[in-house]
Amino acid sequence: MMAVTEAQVWDWLDTVPDPEIPVISVVDLGVIREVQVAQDHVTVTITPTYSGCPAMAVIALDIETELAKNGIGKLDIQTRIAPAWTTDWLSEKGRARLEEFGIAPPQAAGGPKRCPHCKSKRVEKISQFGSTPCKAQWRCQDCMEPFDYFKCI
Amino acid sequence: MDAAQKPLFEFLLRQGDNALVLGHRTSEWCGVAPILEEDIALANMALDQIGQTQLWLGYAAEVEGAGRSADDLAFLRDVYDFRNLLMLEVPNGDFGRTQMRQFLYDAFQVPWLTQLQNSTDTRVAEIAAKCLKEALYHLDRSSHTVIALGDGTAESNKRMDEALAFLWPYSGEVFVDDETDHAMATAGVAPLLSEIKPLWLETVQTVLVQACLTLPEGDYAQKGGRTGFRHTEHLGHMLAVMQTLQRSYPGATW
Repeated sequence: MMAVTEAQVWDWLDTVPDPEIPVISVVDLGVIREVQVAQDHVTVTITPTYSGCPAMAVIALDIETELAKNGIGKLDIQTRIAPAWTTDWLSEKGRARLEEFGIAPPQAAGGPKRCPHCKSKRVEKISQFGSTPCKAQWRCQDCMEPFDYFKCI
Repeated sequence: MDAAQKPLFEFLLRQGDNALVLGHRTSEWCGVAPILEEDIALANMALDQIGQTQLWLGYAAEVEGAGRSADDLAFLRDVYDFRNLLMLEVPNGDFGRTQMRQFLYDAFQVPWLTQLQNSTDTRVAEIAAKCLKEALYHLDRSSHTVIALGDGTAESNKRMDEALAFLWPYSGEVFVDDETDHAMATAGVAPLLSEIKPLWLETVQTVLVQACLTLPEGDYAQKGGRTGFRHTEHLGHMLAVMQTLQRSYPGATW
């Protein structure tokens, strides 16, 4: 087998979708902190998003499946909790895809910048939690559509 | 386990058991909360607490070094081995009482975890930093809910007043330092809880004023949960439900 490079592993990981928000990859999500390749042995270090997020177990399994498909048999997935995951680690590509998908990307100001549908800035919070721990529910006061906001932590 | 490690193990059980018991109690609202948004919020809060439990009890199990896992500690210990606050094990009561309890706990967790970030034990500092991010928005949410209900209708104000009166005698236990706390303070692992009390009280007072509620006067404290000396009769019933699967089918996984 040809020697695998770290860049190649990053590319493969970028095809693994987030199980709950499949429009972004686990790389976009920022949970992949490090990839190390030593001969044919690959170590992937991931940092969990929310401590109780049930998607983390699925993410580890999906990574294993994707890398196995590309011929990686010796894989270690390590979990690192510090520094704690932050929404600052979401990629620019990921942010843009979230908005296209109808989820307002996180903002340091603590609320969505605009409605992901009609782009109005007149938005209001409905609930601090949405369909997953990482999202809150907001509503646009112009188009009246409710939407998910990816919370900033 | 080395005798010198015992206070740390005890300390970690206290953190983990608080998160676990509150997480389980909160999960009891799943499917029966007053409105859909609250149902989802409560389920997510429970999920955060259970996630935090895994971090604390996972580290506790490592420190113990007896081959037990976080799951073993959660599902195979009995009442007297639990080290959670009594306030967290008593039944939820109505929605208002659940929110008041969450608020009283969050108002403690935020200054507590903030200071634990400076722990001389790096693992404790790392777990605290992770949990603090969640505790901050829990406090944001629970304080807003307490204010909305306290400053709501005559009925909601009455219920919140009753909730506060019910929970207040349990809140004192949080800040009573014992041998374990002194050992942790000496080792620089954690500050004394009595040092956290003024910070907690400041948040509680600020929010209660806005919620049109009065801080109860008595300082009688029900104690025994965090030391394991005496739990309420409710914890055994809660564990019977929470642990039934592992007790009936030992080692079951999915």
